[in-house]
Amino acid sequence: MLLSKLRQALICLLAGKVTLSYPAKPRPPEEGFRGYPEVDVNKCIGCGACAAVCPARLIKIEDVDQTTRRMTRLLERCVFCGRCAEVCPEDAITMSKQFELTSDQARQDLTHVCEVFMATCKRCGRCYEPATPLDRIMEPGFRHDQIDRGGDRCPYPELRAPDSESPSTDEHDEHDEHLDEPVSAQVAQVVEAK
Amino acid sequence: MLKKLCKKAFFKSLWIYHTNTGACNGCDIELIDVLTPYYDAERFGMKLVGSPRHADVLVCCGPVTRQVVPALKRLYEAVPDPKLVIAVGSCASGGGIWYDSYNIVGGVDVVLPVDYYIPGCPPRPEAILHGVAMALGLVEKQVEAEGLRQLPDRPETVPMDVPEHRGRK
Ligand code: SF4
Ligand code: SF4
Ligand code: SF4
Repeated sequence: MLLSKLRQALICLLAGKVTLSYPAKPRPPEEGFRGYPEVDVNKCIGCGACAAVCPARLIKIEDVDQTTRRMTRLLERCVFCGRCAEVCPEDAITMSKQFELTSDQARQDLTHVCEVFMATCKRCGRCYEPATPLDRIMEPGFRHDQIDRGGDRCPYPELRAPDSESPSTDEHDEHDEHLDEPVSAQVAQVVEAK
Repeated sequence: MLKKLCKKAFFKSLWIYHTNTGACNGCDIELIDVLTPYYDAERFGMKLVGSPRHADVLVCCGPVTRQVVPALKRLYEAVPDPKLVIAVGSCASGGGIWYDSYNIVGGVDVVLPVDYYIPGCPPRPEAILHGVAMALGLVEKQVEAEGLRQLPDRPETVPMDVPEHRGRK
């Protein structure tokens, strides 16, 4: 009995001090730790891949007007899985090492809103998506600095600006005929033609 | 004002009552981790108590399931005033990945007023320590609401893409 107590005391003395002095001294996490997902809005193209794979479905995407896509992240729900950073084609999301996320009003402090400028089709004025997955990969991005490159790749070539097409006079006349009609009527015509 | 009063009221030991409101056990294990000698939350005077009537802090882990709502309310009433509620884990903070599940009502804040949220799945033991140290007023909050609305660096006026061909030639 006494001997075992003595042995315990010896073990405790040999071990020394093991307790971390954490809040007093910083303790950075290990390599590979996934903390707060940081978003670089200048790289984001608004493709929505992160929203599609997020298991917590916390990335809400809404088009607030024709050229602005707003992404709201409710990061209070985030499980720090890193899937959004993995799929992001532009590497706009990085999993930082920030883990001290305690807050007394999580909804306000951990909601991240960013707005992305989207290029639109020159003719119909909508944000568009390339037709096939291959096109989607080839697409450099819908960013505003690439507006000149991206503007002509609308999936409805019939609706493109006439001057951006190969100059064929017959087509020009045909297009000009429809110009007074509303866009929806034009779309209907295109669908019928197909 | 109320916050300052709260800080005054909790400057001594916090005795915690741990409740699992539907967690997967990940957060519970991390919480037990915090009480081990390595992390040692007991040096702040924290102590795990066996009855809510002895506790100052209700620590909730996990999303609130439908089944647990009445029990959780009773538990909250059983804790003597003044009391704190700490939500540990993403599930408790906002529902986590189960927020829209058929048997989940949401995070703890749907049922009880939560004072501190510690997101993470599960949060690191250090993150939980940071949370309780914040409840004791030892450390400052690290996340601020300043990044709430982020716009890319672009010119003030957006070059509007007016189709020139719209007007007659
Ligand atoms: S880390 Fe996971 S849960 Fe968090 S935003 Fe990214 S995909 Fe969603
Ligand atoms: S570019 Fe990255 S951050 Fe932006 S929407 Fe796509 S996946 Fe999400
Ligand atoms: S936050 Fe993660 S670890 Fe904690 S209860 Fe929810 S799923 Fe489990």
